[in-house]
Amino acid sequence: MATTAPGNLLITTVERAANWARTRSMFPATFGLACCAIEMMATGAGHYDLARFGMEVFRASPRQADLMIVAGRVSQKMAPVLRQVYDQMPDPKWVVSMGACASSGGMFNNYALVQGVDQIVAVDIYVPGCPPGPQSLMHGILTLHDKIMSGEIVR
Amino acid sequence: MTDERTAEETAESPDTVDLWVAGTEESQFSPTEEGAQEIARDDSGRRLDEQFGRVVDDDYVFDDEIAEDERMIINMGPQHPSTHGVLRLQLELEGEIIRRSKPIIGYLHTGMEKTAEQLNFSQGGTNVTRMDYLAPFHNELGYSLAVERLLGIEVPPRAAAMRVLLTELNRVSSHLVALATNGMDVGAISMMLYGFRERESILAFFEKTTGLRMNHNFIRPGGLAADLPVGWKDDVAAILEDIPARLAQYDDLLKDNPIWISRTQGVGVISAEEAIAYAITGPPLRAAGVKWDLRKAFPYSGIEKYEFDVPVGSRGDVYDRYRVRVDEIHESLKIVEQVMDSMPKGDYRVDDRKVTPPPRARIDESMEALIHHFKLFTEGFKVPPGETYVAVESPRGELGFYLVSDGESTPYRMHTRGPSFTNLQALPIAMADSLMADTVATIASMDPVMGDVDR
Amino acid sequence: MTDLQPVLEALDGDFENVVFEDSLGQIVARVPNAEWTAFAVAAKDAGFEVCVDVTAVDWMRQRPERFEIVANLLSMQHQLRLRITTTTGREDPSVDSLCPLWPGANFAEREAFDMFGITFDGHPDLTRILMPDDWEGHPLRKDFGVGSVPVQFKKSHQVN
Repeated sequence: MATTAPGNLLITTVERAANWARTRSMFPATFGLACCAIEMMATGAGHYDLARFGMEVFRASPRQADLMIVAGRVSQKMAPVLRQVYDQMPDPKWVVSMGACASSGGMFNNYALVQGVDQIVAVDIYVPGCPPGPQSLMHGILTLHDKIMSGEIVR
Repeated sequence: MTDERTAEETAESPDTVDLWVAGTEESQFSPTEEGAQEIARDDSGRRLDEQFGRVVDDDYVFDDEIAEDERMIINMGPQHPSTHGVLRLQLELEGEIIRRSKPIIGYLHTGMEKTAEQLNFSQGGTNVTRMDYLAPFHNELGYSLAVERLLGIEVPPRAAAMRVLLTELNRVSSHLVALATNGMDVGAISMMLYGFRERESILAFFEKTTGLRMNHNFIRPGGLAADLPVGWKDDVAAILEDIPARLAQYDDLLKDNPIWISRTQGVGVISAEEAIAYAITGPPLRAAGVKWDLRKAFPYSGIEKYEFDVPVGSRGDVYDRYRVRVDEIHESLKIVEQVMDSMPKGDYRVDDRKVTPPPRARIDESMEALIHHFKLFTEGFKVPPGETYVAVESPRGELGFYLVSDGESTPYRMHTRGPSFTNLQALPIAMADSLMADTVATIASMDPVMGDVDR
Repeated sequence: MTDLQPVLEALDGDFENVVFEDSLGQIVARVPNAEWTAFAVAAKDAGFEVCVDVTAVDWMRQRPERFEIVANLLSMQHQLRLRITTTTGREDPSVDSLCPLWPGANFAEREAFDMFGITFDGHPDLTRILMPDDWEGHPLRKDFGVGSVPVQFKKSHQVN
């Protein structure tokens, strides 16, 4: 169901319903690497509650997850692991690159880090910050939800 | 990635614990007079006997013997919900018992020591603060103290007191995360929510003071970046009022809970001799019974003015480490209260114009201030040649900075002695002959922060 | 050195080739490479139970011997720190390992090997610890570039 067949009301509604279902209970995979992971945990904790979006269940197994929030710096040694976890996630899957280090290598422009996780996986949303506060991360996640609902991101 | 090992390597001598080393032909700890071979475990599996019912004579007895060549090597991590970051463990299991283990690190290596050689001494704080990201103020404090030692300057008393205030509050917030993750890993999932809830009030204070919730770059060589905000005493008083009551609630939940006790007592034991031989510092060392705290032994930043105790455990197991951390939160709150009551007035940074930038207002008035500001922010101040090692007591142990300068405005070599890096060496010792489920509790109690381990 | 503690004075007396210096209030012992283990054994017997850290510095051409290996020792009973250093040259740099004396030096020496290429004789498992196993080069050497990628609007560092 990759495209909207023009003029077909039934498929459009089904696709809209599918998108609604996908956004309303997106399970993130635990991919907290560094400092951003702490802010991700704070986002899932009580004060900035991710459970109101149906997302507090961080699935440890990538087979059960839809969303990979790459929270933290990706080192050269971790890059193949990240790719493997991404490949193990079933479709539809989305990637949020959280923080400056995941988006572009951050302040560490050196031999040890992959300069941006988009060198390895396809990223849908970049959340800037070092680390981005829980409110920024939630804004990023809600933007992803909007993009899925509007059909802009098609999987 | 399994490794081939010869029959000699798999034959294990019964009263010594060896770290599993891939590809070696012989046991690495050859008998010497000192140290290594004497670090033997003497509890000889009694706890396992209790677990498997061999002590009590009833029907539930686990009688199967597993042959040596039926051991299985499994891999835990680096992506794993309970390894506290990207830690990879290779475990050799005999049934449910771990016979050998090997931590493999490096999955978060960021090249911070190389980056430190490119950044000047003022910018170095941004780099080091991201090492141990749960206790960023301690990283910045150690680095700033090392730079100040090389420069030969002393910060004014208000700056020292502010540093103590911030680092002790940071110790509280870091131990809260340790309690939260420790609880969650063992099964008390609500601890995660409680720990982070308390942390939010402290992080709100940090955000008000420094502008950031984490990775603040606030403690800089020469003092701090800014003064405390107006009304800080009310915020700190609110924190001091809230947290002890909540800690009492956590004690109600965990301290005498039979499930918690049976999952944590006798688990992951590191004795005092092992701890000293493996250079373990921090709560794991104090839980083993060694009363060693750098704030008392080599005081820094004026902390000797405040009265506090150093909590010590006795058995060196997970439960003792948990109690030591809870008691340390109480002690830190005591220190914070004393700092709050006795905060000296004065300048928050040293008055040396070669090191600290002038106040922004003066730049419009004085040419000299403008030039100083320009030079400090483009080139940075030069530090006389020398080398020094300064250590602070971070929530994880001894956090040391070895800083070498050759007269330029960037360090020639900056090395961080990370407490988690050294504490992880003892994981195989703590996990030897224990059950798979105890691994998670043990790692959580060592409280490694991988940013500190891999830098 | 006149105000060495009695513990250190005893050590100073036993070893003639070891130079004790005062570095900004901290005591450093410069040990020749051949006497590294002997001096470490004596230090441990004198009460330095903990080897806090082992690291290295790459002096390139500024000093006659390229690498300086630094070990930080701590004595809890005397509340004393001692820093001992030794040197090794650019061809096949190596030094004795402190692991048989202090098992806690294990990871630190592996890191020094990984980052500088210094061989520690007698180390149980001298393999790369922080970099991937198939990485070539030793990152913290001064002739290993930072490895930065060119960034727009950043003042030009050397780009390797």
